[in-house]
Amino acid sequence: MNLKSTLKKLGYAKVHKQMNDVFLKYTAKVVFLIIITFSINLFFSGHYTPGGGFVGGLLAAAAIVLLLLAYDLKTINKMIPFDHKWLIALGLTLSVFVPLVLMIFGQPFFTHQALYIELPIFGEVPIHTAVFFDVGVYITVAATTLLIITLLATEQAMSDSEGADRS
Amino acid sequence: MEILVIILAGILIGASVYLMLSKSLLRIIIGTGVLSHGILLMLLTMGGLKRGGIPVLDDSVQSYSDPLPQAMLLTVIVITFALTAYMLVIAIRVYKELGTDNVENMKGVPRDDD
Amino acid sequence: MMTDILPLLPVLVPVIAGIVMLFTGRRNVYLQRVIASATGLILVILSVVTIIYIAGNGMAVTHVGNWNAPYGISMVIDMLAALLLFGTAIVTFTVVVFSFQSIGAVRERFFYYPMVMFMITGVNGAFITGDIFNMFVFFEVFLLASYVLITIGGTKIQLQEGFKYYLVNVISSNFFVLSVAYLYVSVGTLNMADIHQKLSAFEGDAAILTIIAVVMLFVFATKAGLFPFYFWLPGSYFAPPIPIMALFGALLTKVGVYAIARTYSLFFIDNIGFTHQMLLFLAVLTIIMGSIGALAYTDMKKIIIYNILIAIGVITAGYAMMDEAGTIGATYYLIHDIIIKAGLFFLIGFIIYRTGESDINRLGGLIKIHPVAGWTFFIAALGIAGVPPFSGFYGKLFITESLIDNGHVFSAIIVLLSSLVVLYSIMRIFISVFWGENMDFSKLKPISYDKLLFSSFVMIALVVILGFGADIFYPIFESAAQSLYDPASYSGYLLEVE
Repeated sequence: MNLKSTLKKLGYAKVHKQMNDVFLKYTAKVVFLIIITFSINLFFSGHYTPGGGFVGGLLAAAAIVLLLLAYDLKTINKMIPFDHKWLIALGLTLSVFVPLVLMIFGQPFFTHQALYIELPIFGEVPIHTAVFFDVGVYITVAATTLLIITLLATEQAMSDSEGADRS
Repeated sequence: MEILVIILAGILIGASVYLMLSKSLLRIIIGTGVLSHGILLMLLTMGGLKRGGIPVLDDSVQSYSDPLPQAMLLTVIVITFALTAYMLVIAIRVYKELGTDNVENMKGVPRDDD
Repeated sequence: MMTDILPLLPVLVPVIAGIVMLFTGRRNVYLQRVIASATGLILVILSVVTIIYIAGNGMAVTHVGNWNAPYGISMVIDMLAALLLFGTAIVTFTVVVFSFQSIGAVRERFFYYPMVMFMITGVNGAFITGDIFNMFVFFEVFLLASYVLITIGGTKIQLQEGFKYYLVNVISSNFFVLSVAYLYVSVGTLNMADIHQKLSAFEGDAAILTIIAVVMLFVFATKAGLFPFYFWLPGSYFAPPIPIMALFGALLTKVGVYAIARTYSLFFIDNIGFTHQMLLFLAVLTIIMGSIGALAYTDMKKIIIYNILIAIGVITAGYAMMDEAGTIGATYYLIHDIIIKAGLFFLIGFIIYRTGESDINRLGGLIKIHPVAGWTFFIAALGIAGVPPFSGFYGKLFITESLIDNGHVFSAIIVLLSSLVVLYSIMRIFISVFWGENMDFSKLKPISYDKLLFSSFVMIALVVILGFGADIFYPIFESAAQSLYDPASYSGYLLEVE
């Protein structure tokens, strides 16, 4: 409180308005895209080579945190108009219900099914049920990380202090 | 090589014990993180450290590295991540509610406002 | 088909219920209540079905992901796990019903019911998994949920004690990973049945097994609250509100005891003279420490919490013997204690919510207003102390018999004397709360309490049924204990796979 008023006296608000961080904001946008692409790349390479939903999700969260540094929370909330808790629930749903659907076909829980299809550009692409499970993990991890970081960052959000229950 | 990693794990665990015996909440949380790193190094060493191929799919690879310790390692990393994150939130909450981050002052039954 | 689905349902049902409740959002508390209690009922029915199925067909095994047993993760429900699932289910249901009128709207809105469901997921999973590392994962699932539950609402004492609880459990979890690593390097497998078979024919140095036994005992003793590692328990369990306390007191310590019984029957069969002797030693010391605590406090919550320690000691003493009578008695006492502890927590919770006091010196004469609750408490006191027709008696009978058979007369005497301490400590609550000088009845809180009493009555009724029907239930407990004293019957399912 004290610090803020001191800064105000020094004309910080004026200074702050003037330096609107063009460089940071612009590079953040570009780097955000690069990181997100890399995270998707990591995610899809996950089945046979190192990578996967967890790392991908963490990277996606890191990308959004970079945007948080450049912009403020309000802008980010406008950019990603989803409630984090809702996203967590969605991710959990995917990662539980995909193995569950397979169970209906008489297989034990988590039995994977693979399907190889031909796509125009990519050639033969394996479609694996584990991918959908991993999408759930990706969403959950990204949303949980973001939830925690926003909780740590904002003060008034401290009253809802849960969310990190699993990943 | 294994013996070096085990010594490193020992150093990490020793450092974590030092951190966890300190009085600041934040240091204790960092200590638990370092402890899990030490334990994870031990876990990784248990599979034997060697350079080997990816243990799936590739028929040409002759020597495989043991995948199980790595799988377990990843699981533990995920769990530790969630734990540490949640506890950071709680630590801030503790600091705000109790007005202290010194565990010496966290004794007895505090009086509740609500 | 049946064996593929049945063993996973105790894990899947609560986790799905939890996710659905996350979707309902924090506004719709009523819907959450309905879903939570319905899930509790489903779990109860499911566990009864499981018990009947296993009594008829033997163990139910499924291999997750269709990877066969020693390589993939197996879910194995034997009778012991099925009985514990029943205990968990009934505690879940009653705790949820009890929470309606006690936990408070604020906590309900902060995802209290989903967290309970996630915790039950972890507890159930730890009971039914057949893989030691998977057990660690389920331990972490219920511990994570319990960290949230112990701090939910965020009062000062909850935050303070929750942090300590977190620290203790994180350290012991890390040691769990360490012991799994040691076990993996010595036998090269993680499937518990496979570990048993490999260790029965173990050629290497037996000293490493003793080290693993000690590390694992450290881990599980910390979770269960055995002698040197019980220090966190009275403080941490004291902090959260009564329903959460009942959930923790009835279930979480029992998971630790279950893990001790499982690992000490399957893995560490070489050096029984050291490992099981140590277990008995710690168990007896736990009983003594619990007795001192139960006699020392006048706070009802503390008295019941120290009674948990006594029960843990008695059960562990039975499992330390690892013979037929000892394991039957301990298993019986384990189920009995899950139910009666939850019931006692509900009863004192009712008193605390009704009067706003938890110190027995400031209460008195409640029998005039609540005669039914009073006499229920009396029955509960008889039941927990093990007065003959009630269920505590049979468990202690077998445990004592086994202790004397194995020549541990001193330990047997301690176990018997602990019954007296338990009876005295609970009767002290009964006498000073329900009899004695009338307290100021105008201070009673005008709360609605029918659901509080309903939960307590269900539990006490179960204890009475368990006691009077001991003859009928005996074959079930016998087959539950068989997989402990005869571990080959547990690991037998591996043969069918290969």
